[in-house]
Amino acid sequence: MARRETELTRQRLRSAWLFLTPMIVVLLMVAGWPLARTIALSFTDANLADLQARQFVGLLNYEFLMTDPDWWRSVWNTVFFTVVSVSIETVLGLMIALALHEHFKGRGLLRAAILIPWAIPTVVSAQMWRWMFNDVYGVINEIMLFVGLTSEPWAWLADPQLSMAAVIAVDVWKTTPFMALLILAGLQMLPQDCYENARIDGVHPVTTFFRVTLPLLKPALLVAIIFRTLDALRMFDLVYVMQGNKVDTMTMSIYARQQLVDFQDVGYGSAAATLVFMIIAVFTVIYLTAGGVGREEKA
Amino acid sequence: MRSDRNVLVLGAICGATLTLCGHGSPTAAQELAISCGAVGQELALCQEGVAAWSEQSGVPVTVVSTPNSSSERLALYQQILASGSGDIDVYQVDVIWPGILGTHFVDLGADFDEEVMSAYFPSLVQNNTVNGELKMIPWFTDVGLLYYRADLLEQYGHEPPTTWEELTAAAEEIQAAERAAGNSRMQGLVFQGNAYEGLTCNALEWVYSYGGGTIVDEAGEVTINNPEAVAALDEAAGWIGTISPQGVLAYQEEEARGVFQAGHSVFMRNWPYAWALANADDSPVKDKVGVVALPKGGADGQRTGVLGGWNLAVSKYSDMQEEAVELVAYLTSYEEQKRRAIEGAYNPTITALYEDPQVLDANPFFGELYDTFVNAVARPSSVTGTRYNQVSTEFWNAVHATLNGTVTAEQSLAQLERRLDRLARNW
Repeated sequence: MARRETELTRQRLRSAWLFLTPMIVVLLMVAGWPLARTIALSFTDANLADLQARQFVGLLNYEFLMTDPDWWRSVWNTVFFTVVSVSIETVLGLMIALALHEHFKGRGLLRAAILIPWAIPTVVSAQMWRWMFNDVYGVINEIMLFVGLTSEPWAWLADPQLSMAAVIAVDVWKTTPFMALLILAGLQMLPQDCYENARIDGVHPVTTFFRVTLPLLKPALLVAIIFRTLDALRMFDLVYVMQGNKVDTMTMSIYARQQLVDFQDVGYGSAAATLVFMIIAVFTVIYLTAGGVGREEKA
Repeated sequence: MRSDRNVLVLGAICGATLTLCGHGSPTAAQELAISCGAVGQELALCQEGVAAWSEQSGVPVTVVSTPNSSSERLALYQQILASGSGDIDVYQVDVIWPGILGTHFVDLGADFDEEVMSAYFPSLVQNNTVNGELKMIPWFTDVGLLYYRADLLEQYGHEPPTTWEELTAAAEEIQAAERAAGNSRMQGLVFQGNAYEGLTCNALEWVYSYGGGTIVDEAGEVTINNPEAVAALDEAAGWIGTISPQGVLAYQEEEARGVFQAGHSVFMRNWPYAWALANADDSPVKDKVGVVALPKGGADGQRTGVLGGWNLAVSKYSDMQEEAVELVAYLTSYEEQKRRAIEGAYNPTITALYEDPQVLDANPFFGELYDTFVNAVARPSSVTGTRYNQVSTEFWNAVHATLNGTVTAEQSLAQLERRLDRLARNW
């Protein structure tokens, strides 16, 4: 009896490996190899002008990185950007998803329409917003002046605080639809009988939302938040197009790129890139353990 | 359907006889590619010049346009050149890049001997020579200039300013008067305040005009932390929110020109290219603009402008170096530079062109400002070599932080000095 089971298990294991192998090979080639190379380069003084002439320098790059206030500034910028933008996107996305979950006329059309910001290439929309935020000819200041919100045009792209706010606003505009769609998918899978029970018991809709919808939605919501957090932590294109290399809004990825490309310092830039990878990995682990994702089936 | 099948058939043949296909596309291999800037009418002028040569030589040429920001353009070049790619044969290269990119370009010394080069500005030829090799040919030179609204200055009884203090006073007065007269968007001064290479140029002009040196001196010593430099940056920081909009801290050349050319600013710091555009037929300020050398800092200061300008270089990885050199020779020739000077106000790099009546007719200020062009102050790119980019980044970040009021000039320059001293070990 026991023997037959192991035989079967073995066979299943073998075919599982067979199916997984192509995927693992591809992953090793496109993700594993570059990652290993980046980590290896981070212990050298490699220079973009001549990559071959590099020497092993141990932890020197990491030492410099730890003492560079600009690096810590970019870490803080990235974390701040991530926490604020993902929080706003989650709340807005949830509200939009709940609205779209109801049946009403033109729902299909509206669902397609809210995806437009997500569908426009980031570089295009970032440049578009950059022009709209311009202090002299930008439409946003024009509207604010017209409505009477302000008497002086605001320098959205130049003021250190406002520029971060502008970047977050554009990111929220762009990724809320993605969040809404993921949450909507989760909503549509919720079992209907809970709601019927709640209705029969005469529970208030708000209580239903907090006691039924939210707990049931938690796994889907967590997946959506993890996706967005990981995405936001490696934020590059939007900030770079709108703000360039400015230290006020510089993210970790922009810092690493500046070292790698502008300064040709491949060794130091790789050290920064490696730290970005590690910080993202830490965030992922925290989320997965705290959220208990992947444990639902067993529970 | 049919064309789909043809492609498939062709693919099959190609797969079977690889050599045939390598041979089958001779046009692609025989084409030259040149990268040109696209600020103002740069791209159009480049395309016209290239087309003329192409017709004459029979070699097809593709013009690749590159980002407006010089920092971006350098990053792009570094990526293409570091990979050893021959996709672009001729590069338009900034005067500050010989140290950074020089190793990727061929020595042009054999094709452009000393006799040919003696017609060009000696300072530029010297700048473009790395370890005895002539890496690039000067195409047009640039210097920071002060543009002013001649009509407004006359109306309010001002002369073009000779010191920054005079400029500030005139700008304040005219801005206030114009705003009171209903022109609510009037600004006093616009310049390039975004955190990029352009801010390094602007700020170096302020610092140098006050006698505060060139960030790093010729011996490689970091000299930026001095009272004159602090005074210069304090003066500039005082402009933000008074005679300059706060948004100027996000402006590059074209944003500044946009504001000035729309008639919304009394003064503008910009390169010579803005002259032809400000006086074009569709410009709202046509015939109302004057241009002078930048003011000096205080009575003991010096009027100066930062040396800019672009050169042409031939990539080592090019398959058609001979044709590429010919194209460079054509584009940097007397006749072509003359055409560009007349049509686009691009400053020639050949001294004799500053005496050409047709050139002077189109650009009256070329003659008056000849000394400014020749004596422009160079950024410390030769002495800092491959580290120049880092020096410049540290400098523009320090200046940007001072301008937006995050730190005082004194603190920021002291901090900058420490950072540059650390870098200085490597040059």
